[in-house]
Amino acid sequence: MLNALARLGRLGLYAIARLGRGHLLLFAMIEGLPSLAARPRLLVAQVYNVGVLSVLIVVVSGLFVGMVLGLQGHYVLSQFGAAESLGVMVAASLVRELGPVVTALLVAGRAGSALAAEIGLMKATEQLSGLEMMAVDPIKRILTPRFFGGLIAMPILAAMFSAVGALGGYFVGVGLLGVDDGAFWSQMQSKIDLREDIVNGVIKSLVFGWVVTWIALFEGYDANPTSEGVSQATTRAVVHAALAVLCLDFVLTALMFGD
Amino acid sequence: MIRLRMMEILVGAFMAGGFVALFFLAMKVSNLSADVGGQGYRLSAYFENIGSLKVRAPVTLSGVRIGRVEAIGLDQDRYEAVVTLRIDPRFDKIPDDTFASIFTAGLLGEQYIGLSPGGGETFLADGDSLTHTQSALVLEQMIGQFLFKKAEEG
Repeated sequence: MLNALARLGRLGLYAIARLGRGHLLLFAMIEGLPSLAARPRLLVAQVYNVGVLSVLIVVVSGLFVGMVLGLQGHYVLSQFGAAESLGVMVAASLVRELGPVVTALLVAGRAGSALAAEIGLMKATEQLSGLEMMAVDPIKRILTPRFFGGLIAMPILAAMFSAVGALGGYFVGVGLLGVDDGAFWSQMQSKIDLREDIVNGVIKSLVFGWVVTWIALFEGYDANPTSEGVSQATTRAVVHAALAVLCLDFVLTALMFGD
Repeated sequence: MIRLRMMEILVGAFMAGGFVALFFLAMKVSNLSADVGGQGYRLSAYFENIGSLKVRAPVTLSGVRIGRVEAIGLDQDRYEAVVTLRIDPRFDKIPDDTFASIFTAGLLGEQYIGLSPGGGETFLADGDSLTHTQSALVLEQMIGQFLFKKAEEG
């Protein structure tokens, strides 16, 4: 009985300690912003790693998600004789929810895992300690550029996802299923608000970019410096980032649109 | 060196692509191009019942959209709904005896305000109110009246 209680307590303390270490790392990374401003090259390389290399998967997923939305939305809406509202349905679901969320999940899988494994392996092979020996702060030099690179790349990727998805819905809805071209766009334009929908979507993807890269970097930085520890950290980075994105999405949606 | 340059070019293209995507969303998907925005003049109208009229619903004249509903409130003295309309400044010749009604687009569609101009010589300006209004049709009331009438007949 007492043993079980002690185990529960240990688990709680461990979780709180990790949360604390995570926030310390976050503050240390943000503290590195001035030194990053002096070396923008580092940032460019990380925007390349997280952003440019993820464009293909994001654009292709966006296209297919948009096309599926077109098909599925048409199936439901045509039963109510409201097939002209297809544009609204496709654009609203993409801009508000699917764009930011699916992009964040894709980036967590494609770039988050890579970040966690990279940092974890750097720690395991003592490259981070090596930098420290040379009086280079590994957090400022290695982690800060990756964090801000992810933060910059995520909203751009989400915007690409939504834009390509809207075109995918257009191809299926107008090209394949014969929804009226003008009604598709004009209904969309009359219902989607710049501030309310698109800016909120960008804010969402900024939050997700923050959370996904933070979790991935922290898992890598906090990994046990063994090959097993690195593999666990990589798995945890993806799982925790995905869970955090989905939970946060609910909270953000409730705050932004839930009235 | 060439690799770095290539990387910089690709990152530049990536960011430009992102801006293009955002621009596309703003112009083509959202209402930015069709929005009256903060401009335009305000008119108010009192309705006995606004049904399910929402803020941002369109205001039309002869079916042409000329503005949108900016705010909906309740006048505590008259027990009537006050609807504030924001009209595009291009349409500045709305007679002062214009009739405002709440219509429904289609059977299940959203509600909007339709204006039918009167023959007045003076035109409405910012802050004026529309005096002739017709409330929204509430389906339950109509069905109730219909049944009541049937009962009277039978």
